[in-house]
Amino acid sequence: MDYATSFGLVIPELVLTGAGLVLLMIAAFGGEKSSRLVSILAAVALGAAGALTLPALIDGAGGEATMAFYQQFSADAFASFAKLLVYIAAIACLMIAPGFFGRLRAMRPEYPVLVLFATLGMSIMVSATDLMTLYIGLELNSLAAYVLASFLRNDSRSAEAGLKYFVLGALASGILLYGMSLTYGFTGTTSFAGIRLAQEAGLSTGALFGLIFVLAGLAFKISAVPFHMWTPDVYEGAPTPVTTFFATAPKVAAIALTARVALDAFGSQADAWRQIVIFAALASIVVGALGAIGQNNLKRLLAYSSINNVGFILIGLAAATAEGASAMLFYLAIYVVMSLGSFVAVLMLRNGDGENLETFDDIAGLSSTRPGIAWCLLIMMFSLAGIPPLMGFFAKLEVFRAVVEAGLIPLAVIGIAASVIGAFYYIKFVKVMFFDEAVNRATKSASASQWAILVICAILISPLGWFLTRGLEMMTDTAAAGLFAGV
Amino acid sequence: MIGIEHYIIVSAILFVLGVLGIFLNRKNVITILMAIELILLAVNINLVAFSAFLGDLTGQIFAMFVLTVAAGEAAIGLAILVIFFRDRGTIAVDDVNRMKG
Repeated sequence: MDYATSFGLVIPELVLTGAGLVLLMIAAFGGEKSSRLVSILAAVALGAAGALTLPALIDGAGGEATMAFYQQFSADAFASFAKLLVYIAAIACLMIAPGFFGRLRAMRPEYPVLVLFATLGMSIMVSATDLMTLYIGLELNSLAAYVLASFLRNDSRSAEAGLKYFVLGALASGILLYGMSLTYGFTGTTSFAGIRLAQEAGLSTGALFGLIFVLAGLAFKISAVPFHMWTPDVYEGAPTPVTTFFATAPKVAAIALTARVALDAFGSQADAWRQIVIFAALASIVVGALGAIGQNNLKRLLAYSSINNVGFILIGLAAATAEGASAMLFYLAIYVVMSLGSFVAVLMLRNGDGENLETFDDIAGLSSTRPGIAWCLLIMMFSLAGIPPLMGFFAKLEVFRAVVEAGLIPLAVIGIAASVIGAFYYIKFVKVMFFDEAVNRATKSASASQWAILVICAILISPLGWFLTRGLEMMTDTAAAGLFAGV
Repeated sequence: MIGIEHYIIVSAILFVLGVLGIFLNRKNVITILMAIELILLAVNINLVAFSAFLGDLTGQIFAMFVLTVAAGEAAIGLAILVIFFRDRGTIAVDDVNRMKG
């Protein structure tokens, strides 16, 4: 493996790095006037990186040929699928931001630059096949995310969200690193393939501790219970476009990374981590469902909803089969569209003074004041609840089918039962919008790009999106096969 | 004779101290930043000790990466703390409570 081949495999990342550095210079010398230009160029760079990573998914690349830099980095179909989702979500978050920050006079060119660097970090995360690459990618993503969370620096909730995210995020990185140091010490290598080989004979106590610490650190990053405490606070406090970003792109990256660590590095010891993942999955579903019931703030409610959804995604991982991984990616793709749609809808709600409306009282009677948004939200909420003709149902179906095929029937039964509890608050959401008296009137003030994203998300989630499922299923199958090609 | 076990025990103690420092501390956010550094220090001791024990350089290179990232992390943490202080006029942990639930 010479360096030219390696550089050829990391071209999407090189594009993002180059674009990030150049745009940082433009932002530094151009000042606030340049924010529009920087946003557009950042979106173009993300699109170009997406186009460059697409061939790996179409070819179903996997195994030795996709490894770059001495097994440090893998540009396989699995990574390619995750990268495409991440790039699309990041572009959407760039598009909705100017309308939101513009009103607060806080649109700075740093926002697209930070999003670009965070996306570069995620891109490295999903391709990591070595503990060192994993760590660098994760930190590049997290450090940019801490700054993004406190982006509205004159808003006290934003600063507090940034501080909380930073402290708990740094703690999680520390736990993850400690686990990685133990894994390195007891297996003698940092490459995923090496770790898997070293553990084929069995798991030593030290390596088991390493595995537990690594999973705990990753559970924090995907906000799975019991490491979810930060999620509602950070989602509520961060500016809404940033919350939208947190709920979509980093979640995809962290889950793809967790899947690769579990199925590749610790793939020979699936029994050791399966019980941990099952516990985290069921606990996330239950806590996500129960925690959301008492909430009045919509962003907090959607934060609990995302905890709940992570539980379903982890169920797919618990199957530890290629079908499970494929179902997990299928769910992940639909989850990204659903949460993008619901956060954009919340972002579009403002009253006459330009203040954000983000509580249940504010959306009462929304169907009469803003029928367009109300109907799109209805589709999102019914889909999140898993009601049949909508895509959220098919996502849950795929995950449960994979689990039943893997023989984990009790897990499927408990999961389905718990998903009914979750339906309560999604339907309450719809009830408040459609049957309560309007109190606080939302005005027509959303930008065209926000409308475009909301409508596209609603169409993809609606029964019309069903026509795309065959294609999506093929892609997730290829991606999962790519992940298992090296195993 | 000091063996690998001694290093692992020292680093485990430092790690636990760091985690407790984050959770038990009710006074000052700066103390939390110090506790985070303590955790990273524990990791570095582990990595270097394992690296020497295994006769493999990877661990020491990893420790270099951790040092670099820790510096960046501390810088960003302090920057966020400055914004918080400007806004609230305090950095006591008990005052980080605008959002609850």
